[in-house]
Amino acid sequence: MSLLNVNDLSISYADVAKPVVNQLSFSVEAGQSMGIVGESGSGKTQTAMAVMGLLPANAIISGSIRFDDQEFLGATPDVMNQYRACRIAMVFQDPMTALNPYVRIGDQLRRILLEHRICKPAEARDRVLAMLQRVGLPDAERQYRVFPHQLSGGMRQRAMIGAALLGEPDLLVADEPTTALDVTVQAQILGLLRDLRSQSNTALLLITHDLGVVAGNCDHMLMMDDGRLLEEGPTRDIFAAPSNERTAKLISASPRINVPSKTTPLPGGVSPVLKIDTVSVSFKERSSSTKSRLHAVRPLSLEVLPGETVAIVGESGSGKTSLARAILGLIPAGSGTISYVGKRLPALVQSRSNEIRRQLQMVFQDPVTSLDPSMRVAEIVGEPIGIHEPKKKKAERERDINEMLQHVGLTSELRERFPHELSGGQAQRVAIARALIVNPSVLICDEAVAALDGTIQSDILHLLQAEQADSGLSLIFITHDLSVVRQISHRVLVLYMGRVCEIATNDELFERPQHPYTKAMLSSIPVPDPNVKQDEVPLMGEVSSILEPPTGCPFHPRCQHAIARCSEDIPELEATASGSVACFRAGELDLSY
Amino acid sequence: MLRYAILRIFGAIPTLLLVIALAFLMVHAAPGGPFDAERMLSPEVEANIARAYHLDESLPQQFVRYVRGLLRGDLGPSYVYLDRNVSEVISRALPVSMQLGVLAMLLAIVVGIAAGLTAALSKNSFIDRFVTGIAMTGISVPVFVVAPVMVLVFAVYLNWFPASWTGGGGVSRLILPVVVLALPQIAYIARLTRASMIGVLSSDYVRTARAQGLRTSSIIRYHALKPAMLPLVSYMGPAIAGILTGSVVVEQVFGIPGLGQFFVTGALNRDYTLVLGIVILYAALVIGLNLIVDLLYGILDPRIGGR
Amino acid sequence: MSYLAAIKPILRKSRDNKTIVACGSLLLLIAAVALIGPLISPHDYAGTDFENSFLSPFGGDWHPFGTDDLGRDLFVRTLLGVKVTLFVAIIASTVSLGIGVAYGAIAGYMGGKIDALMMRAVDALYALPFIFFVILLMVVFERNFLLIFVAIGAVNWLEMARIVRGQTLSLKRRQFVDAARLIGVSTPGIILRHITPNLFGVVVVYMTLTIPQAILVESFLSFLGLGVQAPQTSLGSLVNDGVVHMEGAPWLLLLPATALAVIMLCFNFLGDGLRDVVDPKKNA
Repeated sequence: MSLLNVNDLSISYADVAKPVVNQLSFSVEAGQSMGIVGESGSGKTQTAMAVMGLLPANAIISGSIRFDDQEFLGATPDVMNQYRACRIAMVFQDPMTALNPYVRIGDQLRRILLEHRICKPAEARDRVLAMLQRVGLPDAERQYRVFPHQLSGGMRQRAMIGAALLGEPDLLVADEPTTALDVTVQAQILGLLRDLRSQSNTALLLITHDLGVVAGNCDHMLMMDDGRLLEEGPTRDIFAAPSNERTAKLISASPRINVPSKTTPLPGGVSPVLKIDTVSVSFKERSSSTKSRLHAVRPLSLEVLPGETVAIVGESGSGKTSLARAILGLIPAGSGTISYVGKRLPALVQSRSNEIRRQLQMVFQDPVTSLDPSMRVAEIVGEPIGIHEPKKKKAERERDINEMLQHVGLTSELRERFPHELSGGQAQRVAIARALIVNPSVLICDEAVAALDGTIQSDILHLLQAEQADSGLSLIFITHDLSVVRQISHRVLVLYMGRVCEIATNDELFERPQHPYTKAMLSSIPVPDPNVKQDEVPLMGEVSSILEPPTGCPFHPRCQHAIARCSEDIPELEATASGSVACFRAGELDLSY
Repeated sequence: MLRYAILRIFGAIPTLLLVIALAFLMVHAAPGGPFDAERMLSPEVEANIARAYHLDESLPQQFVRYVRGLLRGDLGPSYVYLDRNVSEVISRALPVSMQLGVLAMLLAIVVGIAAGLTAALSKNSFIDRFVTGIAMTGISVPVFVVAPVMVLVFAVYLNWFPASWTGGGGVSRLILPVVVLALPQIAYIARLTRASMIGVLSSDYVRTARAQGLRTSSIIRYHALKPAMLPLVSYMGPAIAGILTGSVVVEQVFGIPGLGQFFVTGALNRDYTLVLGIVILYAALVIGLNLIVDLLYGILDPRIGGR
Repeated sequence: MSYLAAIKPILRKSRDNKTIVACGSLLLLIAAVALIGPLISPHDYAGTDFENSFLSPFGGDWHPFGTDDLGRDLFVRTLLGVKVTLFVAIIASTVSLGIGVAYGAIAGYMGGKIDALMMRAVDALYALPFIFFVILLMVVFERNFLLIFVAIGAVNWLEMARIVRGQTLSLKRRQFVDAARLIGVSTPGIILRHITPNLFGVVVVYMTLTIPQAILVESFLSFLGLGVQAPQTSLGSLVNDGVVHMEGAPWLLLLPATALAVIMLCFNFLGDGLRDVVDPKKNA
């Protein structure tokens, strides 16, 4: 008999017309790993919550959820509590909010042991310490006493996993457990889950939107769309031969890096449209008494050619967003100069002329908060015209607005809507329209597609590329997502803790990376292909704290190729045949694929 | 953390000075002097009085003289109670007001938290609606309406408690004024506790605790109670101010010889120094207690307290 | 333009909220009665009639609320009290709103030292037992009707300033403000066109909560004898007068007190309801 048997599960809410989950049936066997995949809104998280019995009181549920021989739907909280932690446990997406910020980590874990009388109270602490070690938290004694906000994202998630496994459950439900983490840390956490499961034969129900994660971690998968089951079966089979057109489309739209790039490098000899010369960014350390500075970006230089897309890649702590904000003048650069078409720009955007300001625009990560919630779409897109061409007549303005809306793929019936009435994709198009309406030369996209689903993501990217082809727009694309980089960039700049590791053309970077960090990042990306072996964890550890950067090369504590010199000196960026690299061993290492 | 504490303490001093200066200015801006209302005095007597009380000096001079006196603990002579100085008057009245205020605060905290938690835990039930309704009434009906009504009901009709301060002895004369004073705060605290607890109970980390199979009682005890009480700590500052304000009314209604009473009579009679003294005392209390509350909050919230 | 746009969704959602509709309607009804009522009754608020003093409610001759110690009709006087109390409270709240919003928005947006200084001033003023200053003010400047507004406004703007500043700070960090800077909107432009319309929700909620506070202060002043002058009256004065005759003629206290309590309750419930509409995260 299956461990978990879900039959005709339907979930709906009174104020929403369509059911969020519609007649879903599937089962999970003991020891099996089942992935539930779907885009946002497909109902996968609701399903996970239903299995755990955590849906809100106003949810209307029908069908059956049978765990072992206990029917979960309609069971009393007392019965459910007997099963939770000991037979079935859950790991949530965002460990910052999922862990109690007011209680120490050790106490939160200990409470589980005591509540379920898993062991004697005197033994509880030792058990927790053992688990903390088992999930890879260094210095378990210390971690026992800390509060969640004192840990990094990866460590918090390890603690969450530890908490979930304390009761030795038969089934672990994980809702997007790695979505909020850096890709290198994601690989570690997925590796941890694999290890722990192999030791104890715990079944896994993994909820994710990332087909790569499913391909590498789940033997079975089920695909959801719009609340319904699209397809179910062994992962290999579904990838090899999806029986359903929509599944096929989702699989092919899934971002990947092992595809040829569609961009051709630009001819040289052209003068750059934007020149960043030894620009650095630092902040005053607010809470400490010393005048120490937080160095977000160390002096770096970059030239952007007209019509070029330069991707700036980095994980958390890399300084990429600070760099973008400094280029645009939203924050002051600590040193160096930024020049537009040869002219030096004042550091702050307020001091720049309108002429200059219109040339450098930005699209932000969260489309909905980047739009003024009290303004309608037409006003938002029209505001820049009012500032840069105040004398334009109203009729002309309206015409411009409508043209631009069409240009970015929106119908003019959206003109009167407010931002909260738009979908993520629509809102991002509005943001792009607002940025493009003044005809800038450089558009900086700060994680502009990170919050969007796969199919919409690629639509937006195509839109940007089309604009580039049309008008010679230069794009600076800031992201942590290498599949996006692969798709649209000409050149790539890799940042780690504020320093440049490598600058290379698109093909060179992906086929012949020169810096160990680049290689590790590339290897960490889950590939949406179950036939590719993805069991190794390329990079251990986490980014060091910016407040206490390592001596020498910032990457050396995690680098498997480090030598003595790496901890003493800081490598400079040096030109090589295919770009530039900052690594002492660049010449001798061959990291190509 | 220590640094934060020291900064706050030092920051409070200029605030206090500012308060003293403002109060001083206000009091002296009043047209007419303390002795105008009395008999018509001859110019020489007026001049003598002015000199004796230093009223002939310029305002800044008077201010400096006053602050010097403050530092020595001398609040100056009372202009109305001619045979006493302000410190004496205040030290008689202070214990009375303190008694009233402290008891009311304690009552408000105990009853308010109990009511708020009960309401939150049985959200939307009859008890919840009942408690919320009473709390709303407590906020809406002014103290000076409640006070006489309660006197009417409990003292006159039912004769359970004395109607005024002088009417009976000991504890029983305290009960009515303390309850009346506490009522609005009970209401605010109950509402705040309820909202805070409901917020905590719908948080992600409580959901995690449920997923970990904890019973509701365990969740409340080990996960919810502390975060839910934090906003209450912040509220203590305004609560204290509220009690101080309310005490003026209560003292009037019940005829209690506390600081509030003396303030009102002092204001009406232009007793500068007394009024000034009481205002400064209250302000110092509020600033001091706010400081303690802030520091307490910093200790309790691990995100600020830090280690 | 964007100000209207900001209010519309609030109005729409409010229509669905029963509490808001109920309380709002009740308040409008009370206001209407207060305006029309005196036209119906044959009595005048100041007309004394010693023959008929201390009549209990419905004690003949068109006295639905009875009469007071001077034989004046309590019904008409209560309506006048409602008018005066509401009038004072609304005007005073508007004053404190104007000051508070301007102060808070500027402090919040400017940030840094300016913000620190401005909020330090607010902290200092907050610490002052304001009721005392109000009393002092009233005593100092004699019972000037205009001064009542100033006094009340002076007490209430602090809370509004704090709330507005907090909201401005969080708005400032939102990316649409960055976008506006990049487009080239000037600082005053940002405060006026982007920050203030988005403050509306918060401001509306606190307005409905400030009004009861203003009513309390006004009533308290009347209670102390520092409010409106006879024969004009406010609900606070009526209550004060009523207390004196509480034992013999309880209706003189209870009827105006009930009117006061009902108005206060309505505003408080209204404020709560609006808070739910504007910030649905706080939904119970």
